[in-house]
Parts: sequence; structure tokens; C-alpha cells
Amino acid sequence: MEINRRQFFGIAGTMAGGALACKPKKTQAARTLKAPPDPYGCLMDITACVGCRKCEEACNRVNNLPPPQVSFDDPRPLERKRRPVVTAYTVVNRYHTGKRDQRNQLIPTFVKVQCMHCQDPGCVSACIVGALTKKDNGAVHYDASKCIGCRYCMVACPFQIPAYDYHDPLTPKVHKSTFCYHLIIKEGGKPACAVICPVEAITFGKRRQLLGLARQKIKNDPGRYLDRIYGEHEVGGTSWLYISGEPFEKLGFLDLPTRPIPHLTETIQHGMFRYMWAPLSLFAVLGGFMWTFNRKQITGDSEPERKEGSI
Amino acid sequence: MSAHAKPAPIEFKFWTPGVMVMVAFMVTGLPFVIARYVGGLAAVTNLDNTHPWGLWIGIDVATGVALAAGGFTTAALAHIFGKHQYEAVTRPALLTAMLGYTLVALGLAIDVGRTWALWHPIIYWQPDSVLFEVAMCVIIYLHILYIEFIPIVVERLKGKISLPGPLGSFNNTIEALLELADRILGKVMWLFIIAGVVLSCMHQSGLGSLMLIAPTKLHPLWYTPILPLLFLTSAITVGYPMVVFETTVATSSLRLDGEMDVLTPLTRITIFLLGIYMCLKMGDMVVRGTYVYLLDGTAQSKAFLVEMLVGVIIPWLMLISPRVRRSRRALFIACTLIVLGVVLNRVNVFLVGFQPPYAEKAYFPAIGEMAVTAALIAGLMFIYRVCVTYLPVLSSRPQEVSS
Ligand code: SF4
Ligand code: SF4
Repeated sequence: MEINRRQFFGIAGTMAGGALACKPKKTQAARTLKAPPDPYGCLMDITACVGCRKCEEACNRVNNLPPPQVSFDDPRPLERKRRPVVTAYTVVNRYHTGKRDQRNQLIPTFVKVQCMHCQDPGCVSACIVGALTKKDNGAVHYDASKCIGCRYCMVACPFQIPAYDYHDPLTPKVHKSTFCYHLIIKEGGKPACAVICPVEAITFGKRRQLLGLARQKIKNDPGRYLDRIYGEHEVGGTSWLYISGEPFEKLGFLDLPTRPIPHLTETIQHGMFRYMWAPLSLFAVLGGFMWTFNRKQITGDSEPERKEGSI
Repeated sequence: MSAHAKPAPIEFKFWTPGVMVMVAFMVTGLPFVIARYVGGLAAVTNLDNTHPWGLWIGIDVATGVALAAGGFTTAALAHIFGKHQYEAVTRPALLTAMLGYTLVALGLAIDVGRTWALWHPIIYWQPDSVLFEVAMCVIIYLHILYIEFIPIVVERLKGKISLPGPLGSFNNTIEALLELADRILGKVMWLFIIAGVVLSCMHQSGLGSLMLIAPTKLHPLWYTPILPLLFLTSAITVGYPMVVFETTVATSSLRLDGEMDVLTPLTRITIFLLGIYMCLKMGDMVVRGTYVYLLDGTAQSKAFLVEMLVGVIIPWLMLISPRVRRSRRALFIACTLIVLGVVLNRVNVFLVGFQPPYAEKAYFPAIGEMAVTAALIAGLMFIYRVCVTYLPVLSSRPQEVSS
């Protein structure tokens, strides 16, 4: 028994229709930036940082992290390019970009790395249970009691920040900078790293004002700074901002798009599931087909049919 | 065309060497699962902060879902489009889907850090998350598959309930319950069948959207806005070849009649579906101009070429020939290639094409990950074997001695 042509194209057409029904409509692509209107942020002046690792120490203390293998006073860890890990939410890395001082010595440049607390974060959009949330004060906050440990947030983070307790068999957590959420919700509270920095390389304040401050600094001393604020536009903007005298690409910064990371997935998701139109219409179309085809079978065939259900 | 017998339990020695091998694999995987729950994921996997997803997500979950697509595609064909001649393959396909999704759930349970919290998405909704959508669809669909399977169990048990000793007094009650279940299910099954197809379309495409959250990490050869559509088309495409694959394996290892009268016409649809998939893949490559990466000699470009050639183009060319479609062996090879192509595609999207920044080394699965994956697949085959032995799933009859 072969399927005849007409039926064949009938099936094919419907499959294609189904596929189309699962495609987002371009017209519904409007996705509003979900960033909080007036968040806090930190402005990091890379030209000021001396690489003393005091911020690492403060971060360790305020988050009750285990004592480090090498003391925070020891500069040796700077020899490696490190990343934030479960035992250290922030790390300082040293770069030699080739710039030399008057005595022809290479000048080191130090960069502090931590969660950027994105304005429209990939990790928050990805999290299956909403364990990660963007707070109005700018912090991207992690609630371990909801987390299931799927690690999709780690796939989503464009800065490669979240670290995972791979050694914990039952209650592993995602670890990343907290923005000292418990401190900054209080009036006048600041992140520990911003407080401790001896050379005031980190300024804490409203993001909007920090952007103004950064522009001011660049304008006042164009010889010292490049005309770029990293974090102003990257992936839709971040709460942490950096200004530098050296090209960011040479300092381990990624070249990222300005579009927020969740843009495409959320456009597709919400395009398809608005009022559940796509699943419901597919259901209706298939129901129609089922009725049509099976009725034909029942009335046209002599063979007695058991109803649907005869799987 | 030969008339098909009704599905029935098969009569074949259970403890064959093949079954022993399955058990051996299952036993090998067990210590690694225990190690995972003693020493954490680090004890058995090569996952790290830059590679949070590995073999268990790429194979057990993503590929498992894709290869279980035969369940909804055959259900759609036989029950929605009224092609009742294919009913012979709907039961085995349904069984594979049910076991496949169970495997997906188990694989996921082992992979997530907090196994005991796996149910959280049911109460903590996060509709922005693609993973949430996929999880919800899979949870519901898994239950639908179980419901669709009930009539098969009922058919086997009806009229045969005789509990021993004092429990015997419940016999009639249970019979009545079975009867009731059968009657109710017979009336509402159409709802579940359509819902199953809809949910499948949703999460098969949803799986494709998953990696779209990583525009800067997934290699451009695979990162495309139509990735969900590609995943859906390839899942629909692989459905029938997968049925051919498993029917051939099952019927030849159990020495049953090969069901070529059903399989040959089934693969004619595949020519069309695989053709669409091929056009979409190539069209997408041309539109986005990603062919520039094709010959740059990286592992990614090679993986892409192999995926396309071995998994799509060669089997498509094979299937066009009627001789291939009529030959049991050639058809089996072509269908195996298509299945392999989808496996490669999922592995490429989730593992090979995933290039995180700051990675210190590339990811390659650890022995433990492979052992657990092998154990899960062996477990699936083992339960399949148990089910076809005791339940009316397969319709084909033992081969004639002369054939
Ligand atoms: S840097 Fe990564 S972890 Fe931090 S908010 Fe952005 S996406 Fe989330
Ligand atoms: S690992 Fe936890 S925080 Fe990260 S996406 Fe999964 S549930 Fe959310």
C-alpha cells in the first residue's frame, strides 16, 4: 500500500505548516530592555590600579571564603592569568602591553575581574528557575535555595564568570560576585572592594553618574585615557565600568556585541508563546486533520475501525 | 502487502548474549554513578567552569530527545493523518520514545548538581528561560507517553489477573479498573495524541533555541537564528529512519520478519523531509555567508563537513534510488547514516561548536561520563527487550524458515 501523491503533499504541507507555526513572527520582535532604570555601579580606573590584591582579600573576607593558598600580600599569583573561581569571586591579573617607562622598563597594567552585573544579563534570562535575578540596585543576585544546578547560567554568561562547586555531590552552588548585595541595600553601604582600595581605583555610585564621571576623566586627561568606557554598551551595558589607557583587547577584555545576550532567545520564546498562540493553533490544525482523515477512513473503508486509542 | 498480525509478546529466549552485554554495560556504569554522588561531578566528569555542559547534556539529553522523535512522528502519521497501514510501527516507536524520554530524565537528574531539586521548575516559573520551556514540555510529554502506553499494558493484563492466595479477592476489582481505564482512555486518547505532537514540536525546536543564549560562544557554522527550525526539521526527519533502524535491529536480532512492506514506503517520506532539512542547512549557510569557515581546517569545520556529508547528503542520495529503498541492508545503512547525522549535529551544537572564551583546555568526555552514558543506553535497550518480550508491542511474526 503506497501513499498517493496528493496525500503525500498533504502531509508535507502540514508538516511545513507546523514548522512555520513554531517559528517566531518577526513582527513580534519588539523586546524591551529589562534593565533597572537607576542602578548602582562601579567605575574601575585601570590606570590607577597598582595590583596590591587588597580587593581580593576584602572579597574573601566579606564572603567568608576559605583562606587562600598563597597570601594576598604575595604578588606571585599575578604571574598567571586567573579567572574567578568558587574560592575567589574577584581576581586581579597583570598584563604587559609593551608600554615602557623612562628607564625603558615594561609597565605592568592590572585588571580586576569579577561579575560585571550586566544590565540585561544572560545568566538571569537563562536560569530555569529564576534563582538569578537583576535587582533594582544593580546587583545580579543568586538564590541558592531555588537553584537546581543545571549550569545553563554558565553557558549563557558572555564574560565566563559563574563558577561551580563541581566537588560538592549534593548541594553545589553557583559562585560569583554578589556586588555585596547585603551591604549596598543599606544606606551608604558599598562593596568591600571599593571601600578597601588604597588608591581609589574603584568608585561606587549610581551608574548614570559614574558614566558622567568617566567621561569627565577622559575629557580632562586625554593623554592618560582612551576614549572608551568598557561596559557602557557591551551586551546592553553593565553595572561595572572600566576606563583604561591601553586598548581593552590587550587587557583580556572580550570584544562583545552591544545587543543584550537574551535578545534572540527571548524574542523567539515570547513570539511563540504569547497567548500560547503557536501551540494552540498547531493543536487546532492537527485536530482538524485528525478528524478529516479518520472520518474518511471510517466512511470510505469497509474495514471496521476501532476508534482512536488503538495505539 | 501481507496482512499484519496483531501486536503480541514475542517468544524468544530472553538471556541472549546481546542481553548479557547490555547488563554488563549497566553494571559498569553503576560505580561511576555512585562516585558522582560521593565525590561530586568533578569525580567522574571533565566539566569545568568554561565547559559547564558535557557528554551527558549533549548525548543523553539533546540527542536522546531527538532520537525519540519517532514516537510523535509515527503517531502523527498513523493516528492524525489516518495512515493506518503504519500502525505496526507505532507501538515500538512509542515504546522507544517512552524509554528514550525516561533516559533523558535520568541523564538530566544525574547531571544537575542538585538532583533532589530537579522538580523546582514546576513551582518556580521562569518563562524567559528556554530551558524552562523545554523542561516543562518534556515533563508533560513524558507523562503523555506513559498514558499512551497504558492501553498496551491493559491489553496484556485484561482477563488474566489472578493474584495468589488472599489477594485473589481483588481480582475482580482490578479487572474492573482495567476495563474502566481502557474505556476512558479510548475516548480521550485523541487529545493526548495531538497534545503529544504539539509538545514535541515545541521542545524539539526549544532545544535548538537553547544555545542561542551564547551568541559569542557557539561557532558561526551552527549559530543561526533558525537553529530551532533546524532542530525541529531534523527531529521530524530522523523519526522514520530511527524506526527503520530499530525495527531492523530488533527484527533481525529476534529473527522476526523484517516489515519491509511498511519500512520502504515510510522512507519515501524521508526523502522529502531530509531534502527540506538539507536545503535549510545549505540555504542558511549561504545566506549568512558562513561557507567561509568551511575549509579553514579547524576541528569545527571538519566536524561540520562530516555532519553534512555523512549524515545528510550521502543518505539522501542513497534514498533517492528505489533499489536502496527496497533492499533491507541498503535501507538500513542509509537510515543509520541519517540517525548518525543527527547525533553528530547535536554533539556539534552542544560540544564541538561550543567555544568558550578563557578556556584553558578543550573538553573531552571522561571515562566516567562515557560509562554512565553507555549504561543508560544499555538500560534503555534492556527494558525495551523486557517490554517486547512480555507486552504486545511488535507485530511481526517469526521469519519463515525458507526466507
Ligand atoms: S557577567 Fe555573567 S554572571 Fe555576571 S551578570 Fe553578566 S551574565 Fe550574569
Ligand atoms: S545552575 Fe542554578 S542559577 Fe544557574 S541556571 Fe541553573 S538553576 Fe539557575
